[in-house]
Formats: sequence, structure tokens, C-alpha cells
Amino acid sequence: MLQIEGMYPPQITAMLDLAESYVLLNRSGKTQRDLLRGRTLINLFFEDSTRTRTSFELAGKRLGADVVNMGVSTSSVNKGETLLDTAGTLNAMQTDLLVIRHGESGAANLLAQKVDAAVINAGDGTHEHPTQALLDALTIRRRRGRLEALTVAICGDVLHSRVARSNIHLLTTMGARVRVVGPPTLMPSEVARLGVEVFHDMKRGLADVDIVMMLRLQRERMTRGLVPSEREYFRFFGLDAEKLRHAKPDALVMHPGPMNRGVEIDSAVADDPARSLIREQVEMGVAVRMAVLDILSRRARRND
Amino acid sequence: MIDPIVMKDTYFRDAHIMDPGNGVDETGNLYVKDGIIVDFGAGLGLPEGAEMIDCDGAVLCPGLVDMRVALGEPGYEYRETIASAAEAAAGGITTLAALPDSRPAIDDPALVRLLTARGEETGSLTILAYAALTRGCRGEELAELGLLREAGAVAFTDGCQAIASTRLMRLALTYARGFGAMVVVHPEEASLAEGGAATEGELATRLGLPGIPAVAEAIVIARDIRLARLTGGSVHFAHVSTAESLTLIRRAKDEGLAVTCDTAPPYFDLNETAIGDFRTYAKLSPPLRRESDRMAIAAGLVDGTIDAVASDHQPRDADDKRLPFALAAAGGSGLVTLLGITMAQVHNASLPLPRAIALLTSGPARLLGSDAGTLVRGATADLCLFAPEHAWKVVAGELPGKAQNTPFDGRALEGTVLGTWKAGRRVYTR
Repeated sequence: MLQIEGMYPPQITAMLDLAESYVLLNRSGKTQRDLLRGRTLINLFFEDSTRTRTSFELAGKRLGADVVNMGVSTSSVNKGETLLDTAGTLNAMQTDLLVIRHGESGAANLLAQKVDAAVINAGDGTHEHPTQALLDALTIRRRRGRLEALTVAICGDVLHSRVARSNIHLLTTMGARVRVVGPPTLMPSEVARLGVEVFHDMKRGLADVDIVMMLRLQRERMTRGLVPSEREYFRFFGLDAEKLRHAKPDALVMHPGPMNRGVEIDSAVADDPARSLIREQVEMGVAVRMAVLDILSRRARRND
Repeated sequence: MIDPIVMKDTYFRDAHIMDPGNGVDETGNLYVKDGIIVDFGAGLGLPEGAEMIDCDGAVLCPGLVDMRVALGEPGYEYRETIASAAEAAAGGITTLAALPDSRPAIDDPALVRLLTARGEETGSLTILAYAALTRGCRGEELAELGLLREAGAVAFTDGCQAIASTRLMRLALTYARGFGAMVVVHPEEASLAEGGAATEGELATRLGLPGIPAVAEAIVIARDIRLARLTGGSVHFAHVSTAESLTLIRRAKDEGLAVTCDTAPPYFDLNETAIGDFRTYAKLSPPLRRESDRMAIAAGLVDGTIDAVASDHQPRDADDKRLPFALAAAGGSGLVTLLGITMAQVHNASLPLPRAIALLTSGPARLLGSDAGTLVRGATADLCLFAPEHAWKVVAGELPGKAQNTPFDGRALEGTVLGTWKAGRRVYTR
């Protein structure tokens, strides 16, 4: 699973349906704990991400896989070993499932060409983060019963966001209307060609939307001069109760985490149990990753 | 006493003789004696003692002149050596101009002489040396242009770097003019290009790659045309790749300014979609453009805005390329595909054959002030014999020479070099 772009609606629906069943199993504590018994899952994280790594780790363990975490600080990548050397090593270890997070776009695609294991992209540069989009879609679907014909506003640093790209592909594929909202300096070139509407004003961008998805603003963007200051950003693009009033009265708020409170989102909104889905997103993350591991290991399991 | 070099005299029979620089386009025979073209024509008989090559109607043209080549030497021998570049004879090339941004940079007269001499050693290649425009190609202070020119530098350039400072560029054009030398520019505004990996636009957005706006090229071209007008200096833009660049250059030429340009095969044969799915072998500098730009460049070959086609050969090792896209080295190998890709414009588009050959021979030779690229009687017999309709396939890993980083892997081409002669001596046989 490298990217959402190119996936068809039935594939996405099937994945969400399976994830839905894992949500129920997880809640009832009746997970089938031996589905991946004897399989090895390696978490290969070239960028720190405690929550995504933990989510994959938990998903793998709940299905009975042997899970190994390889962080960049503990690997030989710092000693000049290339990504493909690492791939060769992991191949020799007969890994079944390989979860990769990397700072460069296309890193997961490159790795997938060189290893036998099923590769799951857990975020590559500013390209895609497919399991995040799936978990977001599952979260929305469980609350609203559908994705089709909903209006979703994705707000903030779209330019540097793999979460935004994967969500745009998934939501437009499933028939949702997608808006992107943010300052022009944080909008990718020709982003409208991805099938979205572009807004530079939060109030207009949020008008009558069903879902507000906030993106994380990384601090280094400020040093590159794309945004003059945090207070200016929060004033115009931070989500607070006042701006949220322009959305539908029952509009829901999402954030992939970790949040910069007071930069892109106000705590009052983030912590409002009536509006915020942020905790639920985390729960759905484990279920979605279990579904992905289940589907990607099917061929290997059939061959046994 | 030195032994005279034993060389067979050669008689080319039934060749399509083509020398666009002199308006020659006829079927006939051509006779080479002692490395010199003696005569050609339809009625020319077989001289006694000459070896006959039956050309069977294949095109016999001047050995190709490639005006933009990065050699691995000095400094990057793991990518390519001059000896392996000399296998460019397989592409019909007998003269090439080498870029100076090597390690060390070619910014000293002794290095210019060395590079030229290393070409002669190969016996199959004339190397014309560009010299650094600024010391170390660092863009800070002018190199010793006069001394470098005296040592044989054909023109000045900082290779893959435009001069960022407008003041320094003005100075360079003014000073070079005094030595009658041309300044060659890699037209890309450095601060806009910094960190970029692909042309900004929908595709780069989808792939999540940092973009370089296409206008980064026209910005430098517009500036340097104005500086050429201000200084009276002579400026040449290398590997132009956008429609807007050609519009600016066309206007400057109409105005009578000393402004010329070349392009490279990827820019009229490929568009940005070649990088789809993160293909690093199609990562070039400048990056591949959108289809409308590719079409404009192809049209520029026909209408005469573009003066030469150069391979823009940039040898890279597999390790330079087997990396995530943004980290991979830019550049493609191009020596052995130069003729074939240009011929594709003859076969599939509207480029007349004589114009194609002019872009590969007399055009670049004139820009470089070289006496290569011609078939006049009395000229050195640097020759390329090729079958324009004969097909072959580009396969990375199986090309002559060391650098295998072709962006054209898998491409079927029509136009096969049958033989190459350097000063009358056969240096390549298919």
C-alpha cells in the first residue's frame, strides 16, 4: 500500500468495511490473535513518529505478528548506509510486512521495488500517507454514515502535507466535495487540478462544510518565510470557535496530530467532545492498520 | 625519425553526402586520402589503392559536434573517464565541448591544455575545452579569461550554475567581449531552483516533489539578453527548455543581438510525465517540462531559433540515481542517443533532415569557432555514416561507454550509426 492515488472506490470501501469489523472486535476484545502468527512486521521509521509507529505496532501485535521497531537512530543509516542497502538487509531477514516512514517523497515506492515484503507507506515526504486517509475516512463514515456528497475543508499547510494529498485523493474518489483552505504560500501549484476548490479565507472556506480537517503547521515553515509569524497565522488560519461558526452547526473537527495548540487550532475547539473527532481518529487508526495488514498478508497466507 | 602513421585511403561509394553548412545534399562518392577529404561527387571514380566502403545510400555527414558534455574527468572518474566517453564514437560524435565544472574546475590555462591533450590521446575525439567563467565556477570573481582563451578555451561558462550576481554577469560579458569570447549560460534562477526536483505544477504536486517554476529559466534569459544589449557581449543559452525562453531569444535575435541557444534531446522528445512513479533516470537539470513546452522546443528546431542540439551528457553512477527522487543526482547520459533522438524529429515530426544534421554539425561548430562539422575539400576527414531508417533500441546497461543513466531507456529509435571516422581513421564500426 503505497498511495491512495489510483485506488478505486470498491477497493477503498472493502478496506473500510474490514476496518469497521476490526473496530467492533477491538471494542469487544475478541480479536483473532493468531491471524499473523509467525509473520514478521518491521516498522522502519526514518522520521520520528511515536503515534503512527505505536499504532502499527499495536495493530501487528493484536493480529499476532512479531513486531520489530527499527528507528533511524538505532540503525546503520546514520553511518552512510543507503535506503537500498537497508532494503537488502531486511530482504535477507525474510520480513513479511514492512512499514516505512521516510522524509523523502517516493521513498516507499523505491523500497517496494527492491524488497519481497509487502510495503506499507506510513508517510513519505510530502507525497502520501495512505493509512491516515483511510482512518480519517472511517472516522467520518462512522459518524455521518457516508462519504459521498459531504463537504470537507482541509485547512492549513497543504503544500507540505502528505495527509492532505492522501485525503484529497480518497475523498474525491469517494464522491465527497473537497475544499482546501490556507494562505497562498502554503498551497501547492495547480492544486485545483486534483479536483478541489481553493480558498484563502477561512470563513468562506468553512461556509456550510460538514467536516473541518486541520493540518499541522511545522515550525520550520516559518523560518523559510512562508508565513510571517505564528500569531498572524493563528489570526487568519487557526481554527477557533468563531471561525467554526461558519461551518454547518453539527460540523465535526479533525486533526491528524500532533497538534500545535494556539497555532493551527484553539484548545477550546480541539477538546470539545461534541465537535472534535481527534481521539476517535486515533482509535480508528489501529483498526485501519489491522485491516491493511490483514489484506496485504492474504496472498502470503494463501501460499502457505 | 618518427614513423609516418600508416593510414589507408578510403573511398565511400554510393553515399547520401550531406553537409548542410555548405549546402551539400547529394548522392555520390567521397574520397579520403591521408586523413583529408580530397573530393566527392557523383562521377568520382575509385582511386587506385583506396579501400572501398559501400554505403548503400546511407547518410555520410561530418562527424557530429556535441557542444555540451560533462566528462567525468577530472574528479568524477567513477562516473566516466575520457577513455569511456571516447566510445561516443558509437554515436557518431568526433568533436565535443567539455564543461569546466569538474573537480578541480577548469579555471587554469594548464588544465585547458591538459583536457585538449587528453582528447588527442584517445585518437577518436577532439575535446574542445570550455573554461570556467569565474574561479572555481563559484560565481564570485572572474577567472583569467585572457590566459584561458590563449590556452585554447572555446568559450566561458560556469557549467550548471548561472551567475547569480547581475553585476558580475555584466562584468563577465563586457570583459569576455574584449577577447572575442562567448559566455555560455545555464539559464536557471538559483534561488527559485534551490532544493527543487521537478517542474512546478500538477505532476510535482501529485508526487509531493519540491517544484522549480518553469519561469526560473526565462528570468535569467531576460536578464542576460538585456545585459548583452548593454555590453555588446555575446551570450549563449544552453539547454533551453521552455516556450517563453524561445520567445525571448527569438526577439533578441530579431534585434540583432549576439544571442544564441542550444537544446538537448530530452527537451524535444520527453515531457515531465517521464518522471512518473519517481523515475530518477528522468531527473534532469533543467527538469523536464510540460508538453506545451516540449512542442515549442521541437518547433524551435525547425524555425531556426535554436542554433544547435547538444547531448547535455551528464554521466551518473547507479548510486547517484538509486535514491529517493529529490536526493538523486540530476542529469542523463546522452552521447550515443544524440543522433537517434534528433532523427525521431525527422521521422515523426517536421524537422527536415538537412536541418537536423546542421543542428548537430555546422551549427555548433560555428558557435564554437571550430573548423569541424564540414565536408569541404581539404577538410579533416571527420565523418559519420548512418542509416536513417535502421532501427535499434536504447537499453540502459548495454550502451557503449560507462555512463548508463539514460532517460530514454526502452526507447525504439530509427537512425543507426554504421561507422565513424576521425581524421580518416575508422574509430567505430557497427
